[in-house]
Amino acid sequence: MAKLTKEDLKKIKDKVLAESTLKEDGPKTRVTVHMGTCGIASGAKDVMNALTAEIAAAGIKDLAVTTSGCMGMCSREPLVTVECLGREPIKYEHMDAEKMKLVFQEHVLKGEIQTPFVLARGAENAE
Amino acid sequence: MEEPNISSIPTMQEIPFFAHQKLRVLRNRGIINPGKIEEYIARDGYLGLAKALTEMTPAEIIKEVTASGLRGRGGAGFPTGLKWQFCSQSRGDVKYVLCNADEGDPGAFMDRSVLEADPHAVLEGMVIAARAIGAHYGYIYCRAEYPLAIHQLNIAIAQARECGLLGQDILGTGFDFDLEIYQGAGAFVCGEETALMTSIEGKRGMPRPRPPFPAIAGLWGKPSVLNNVETLASIAQIILKGAAWYASVGTEKSKGTKVFALTGDVNNVGLVEVPMGTTLRTIVYEIGGGIPGGKKFKAAQLGGPSGGCIPAEHLDAPVDYEKVAELGAIMGSGGLIVMNEDKCIVDIARFFIDFCQDESCGKCTPCREGTKRMLQILTRITEGKGKEGDIELLQEMAVIIKNSSLCGLGQTAPNPILSTIRYFRDEYEAHIKEGRCPAGVCTALKRYTIDAEKCTGCGVCAKVCPTKAAKGEKKQPHEIDEAICIKCGICMEKCKFEAISVS
Repeated sequence: MAKLTKEDLKKIKDKVLAESTLKEDGPKTRVTVHMGTCGIASGAKDVMNALTAEIAAAGIKDLAVTTSGCMGMCSREPLVTVECLGREPIKYEHMDAEKMKLVFQEHVLKGEIQTPFVLARGAENAE
Repeated sequence: MEEPNISSIPTMQEIPFFAHQKLRVLRNRGIINPGKIEEYIARDGYLGLAKALTEMTPAEIIKEVTASGLRGRGGAGFPTGLKWQFCSQSRGDVKYVLCNADEGDPGAFMDRSVLEADPHAVLEGMVIAARAIGAHYGYIYCRAEYPLAIHQLNIAIAQARECGLLGQDILGTGFDFDLEIYQGAGAFVCGEETALMTSIEGKRGMPRPRPPFPAIAGLWGKPSVLNNVETLASIAQIILKGAAWYASVGTEKSKGTKVFALTGDVNNVGLVEVPMGTTLRTIVYEIGGGIPGGKKFKAAQLGGPSGGCIPAEHLDAPVDYEKVAELGAIMGSGGLIVMNEDKCIVDIARFFIDFCQDESCGKCTPCREGTKRMLQILTRITEGKGKEGDIELLQEMAVIIKNSSLCGLGQTAPNPILSTIRYFRDEYEAHIKEGRCPAGVCTALKRYTIDAEKCTGCGVCAKVCPTKAAKGEKKQPHEIDEAICIKCGICMEKCKFEAISVS
């Protein structure tokens, strides 16, 4: 990125929001694997690898995959957030490679929330 | 799409762990990829920096930070605006902004989490601080044991430089500020501000007497401001949203929120951010989900090796700088270790003084010799060799060590001891007068006995005993020779008749 001006900051914000907002012509789904040290120590890398393998095998393109740092509830790591177009984000807890495969097949591809692994729906409010 | 199950899934707001938190420093958690500066910018990142550099004078920046009531989140709680004020008034063209990312307290991981998840928040805060005091270079002193934090910081710094948000002519305003990471080498004392500066100077990390204070003569003798990660991560939002917004939560003298690393004997271990003034009960029971296994709460350690414990009788105390100090602890950097009834409080005090003794740099006698002797006394007590007068001796030594040590390490090392004596004197007395450890932790005070009525003389205990303390004739009740028993407990584990017990 080139050197920014104050006005560029707003333009970048608008651009990112436009690109990352889920929409019909993609991406329709976003999966976030939380990978702070707590997540990684609990096995988040295996979860991420399982996810990327599943995506490659399924060959789908309208899916965004991203990571973030620790989201706070370290005792329930690895945590994964799945957000589908038009629906509340779902947070999964105690994830592993097997559960990630299941969540991908059933939730991401077919829209069926895997309730036994769910921690919560929605998002935190930040001030 | 039919969602028959959705209402049975709780929302984040319905889960107490999340509901009681108020995210300001942690506002981007779980949302942004720290490796992409554009995601930080999309969350209003660097707008605080833009406002500070293009719409405010350094004096106005300091005024805003002062008005917010922000106090240093590293542990001492010194008003941040005032610290910046002193440094801005110091003469000189060369000044430094330093970020203390050493986070040495055992059990604390707030700063690590902020650096891993939202490094730009810290960078933005440092640029604003630099503008306020008139600095053009800075260091982030990050402990080497945080490789992921260092990795994310390096990415963030590179991207910020690329965008002209760090380096020369930031945002085209003509203001220059750049920084680098300096890695710690494993010494707790280097989290102390003057030892930290001495370390950056390439010398052995040892503190210096004050005055002169770092704001006057700090790194390489130049005026310097050292702030904690959490303090710096709060700055941009204070500039953007205003001091009044920041001060709208908290107590009279402790404004804003505090990030705690909640660990220990608690169900929901994790990172929590709450308004100052939240009670300990809310943190432990609502957010923390209570003590696992139905055990009772004994105490919460606040402030790590510099702090103290808060017992059950003060669970309803609002957690802020003044109240916590009144109770004999310190807010500290945010490590909050919950302890259940099975913890021996004397052993906990011994653990912390052992840590301080190990980490003492050795420069000043009160700390070097004092922590060593306090540790010896505590170790004796946990081994059943405590003497009448030990408690009074510890208290007497504590006053001297606190008042005459050169730096915060020695000045606060006696705190866990004083605090545990204050609230759990009976446990100390049980160890000293009765040779008994009420929690059943201190190995030397355990007594393994065989119940002759239940013992069948099978001989398994004798077979497994590593010191041959358990012995007896075949088919006859066995006995344990206390003199050579090393209290390993293997006999009790292996006995199939539950004939062996420990007291």
